[in-house]
Amino acid sequence: MDMEKRRSGLFIGLWTGFVVLMIYLPIACGALAGLSRGRYFGFPVKEYSGEWWQRTIDSFEIATIVQNSLLIAGIVTVISVVIAFFGALAFARYEWKGRKLYQKLLLLPIFFPQPVLGLALLLWFNSLGLAPSWQTAAVAHLVWIVPVVTLVIAIQVYSFDPVLEDAASDLGASRLFILREITLPILWPGIWSGALFAFLLSWGNFPLSLYTAGADSTVPKWLYSKMVAGYTPMVPALGTMSTLAAATVLLLGGLAMMLIRRRAAE
Amino acid sequence: MADVALAAPRTESQSAPKRTVAIPAGLRCASPVILFLLLGFIAPLLTVVAYAFATPRSFDVFRSFTLENFATIFDSSNTVWMSFAWSLAFAFCTVVLLALVAYPIAYGLNRVFGKWSGLISVLFVFPLFVSENVRLYGWTLFFIKNGVLDGTLKTLGLAGGPEVLFTPGIILFGMVYVYLPFMLFPMTLGLAMVPRDLVDAARDLGAGRLMIWREIELPLAMPGILIGMLLTFVLAAGAVAEAKILGGQSVIMITHDIEIAFTYSQNWPLGSALAVLLMIIISGLALFVMSKLDLDRILGKR
Repeated sequence: MDMEKRRSGLFIGLWTGFVVLMIYLPIACGALAGLSRGRYFGFPVKEYSGEWWQRTIDSFEIATIVQNSLLIAGIVTVISVVIAFFGALAFARYEWKGRKLYQKLLLLPIFFPQPVLGLALLLWFNSLGLAPSWQTAAVAHLVWIVPVVTLVIAIQVYSFDPVLEDAASDLGASRLFILREITLPILWPGIWSGALFAFLLSWGNFPLSLYTAGADSTVPKWLYSKMVAGYTPMVPALGTMSTLAAATVLLLGGLAMMLIRRRAAE
Repeated sequence: MADVALAAPRTESQSAPKRTVAIPAGLRCASPVILFLLLGFIAPLLTVVAYAFATPRSFDVFRSFTLENFATIFDSSNTVWMSFAWSLAFAFCTVVLLALVAYPIAYGLNRVFGKWSGLISVLFVFPLFVSENVRLYGWTLFFIKNGVLDGTLKTLGLAGGPEVLFTPGIILFGMVYVYLPFMLFPMTLGLAMVPRDLVDAARDLGAGRLMIWREIELPLAMPGILIGMLLTFVLAAGAVAEAKILGGQSVIMITHDIEIAFTYSQNWPLGSALAVLLMIIISGLALFVMSKLDLDRILGKR
């Protein structure tokens, strides 16, 4: 029995390792292509150079789209966390009549193909008379990201005991005081990971930006337009930079979260 | 009940006690989300539905009513049903393959990896933050002529890599690749719902591995597995990037047809009618599966 258990554990470990390798293989291929010297990619790489990275960094066009992406991700993060915080309390903390229906409504945008959602939003913006731009793209991101962040925070809310709030209230604490001193500190880890999700999902989103950003471009949208027509090694170079940036944000965010957890434990 | 979360000014709650009683705290907290989703999700979908009944090739939404768009789609000379068939077939295969790929990993995250589970989960989450076109393009670089695979094989003195790009097979591969996290995490949550004592008890009573799996693990983990399957099916049915980037448009997906109607051919009503049909399939499936699930249990209410 034990032998059998160890063998299945070994199989699971090897399989997981293989899948992880497959997940990161294409990202590594992109990194290689961005660092090779020639105009066209060939493997094994004959000569490495940072030329395309330098050109990408120097490009004015790319600076603009990076700004767009950052701006959208920033706005999406702030708005979605605020809305989703209350949305998560309604999702998991309070018992109320329409809750089950509300939970299902909230899941629908996640269970919806994003390209179709993007096209539907394009139609909607058009019938409202709004010209698509980075602002409408931010709204489109929110439609998908608010539900995700609500779920992330809701998971934290489930582990939260409402008795704490009631006790504080019985002892005469004001609502604002309870929110600041009890509810928020307990929910911080959930809020923080919700914010991380919001920022990173918006930063990497492609299908919604493609249809709703109009003439403005974001990093994934620009990359796509160059993949389809007019490949340059700046495409894998920028792709790699964007990936590294996301990894850095995730790493710093994770560290900050560990600090928050530790402080909460003290 | 202390509704502390909404930090309404004290004066208001004192001067209008009746209203606070009338609107439950949950609804008040939910209202921003509900309002936003009504405006940002439900309204756009209704607009699409309205467009689907408008005069073809026009922008006469809300002013005309015709079934012509649907008639065009169901016309026997129209081959758009092929795109539907491809998309749904791809989605089905993606779900089956992903269930097989993800199950051992989800099991490992719950039972085998122990303290490493957190780190391994992060490795699977991270790709979600890299846009799918970047990751798919990496596969193009891997499989292309003189690419990583071809070049490596040639260096080893072999004939070179197989030509898999621009085939339906690679599109399926791309979908399995992109949607893995959407199967893995619901499945992991589902398997976490299986009490370990129960499995141990069954084993002590002499149940075999297959029996434990079939009678205990699978039924108890089913809600999570179902969510994963639904999620991946829906996303794959509406997928388009895989076919465009890896498939070289050797197969036209339904979303691609919708996009063409919206952009190049400027026939919004026809595109909307196609989108409505896709939405009916998807939401029918989603509502059916969701009616069978209790979200509170899956997400961890105790």
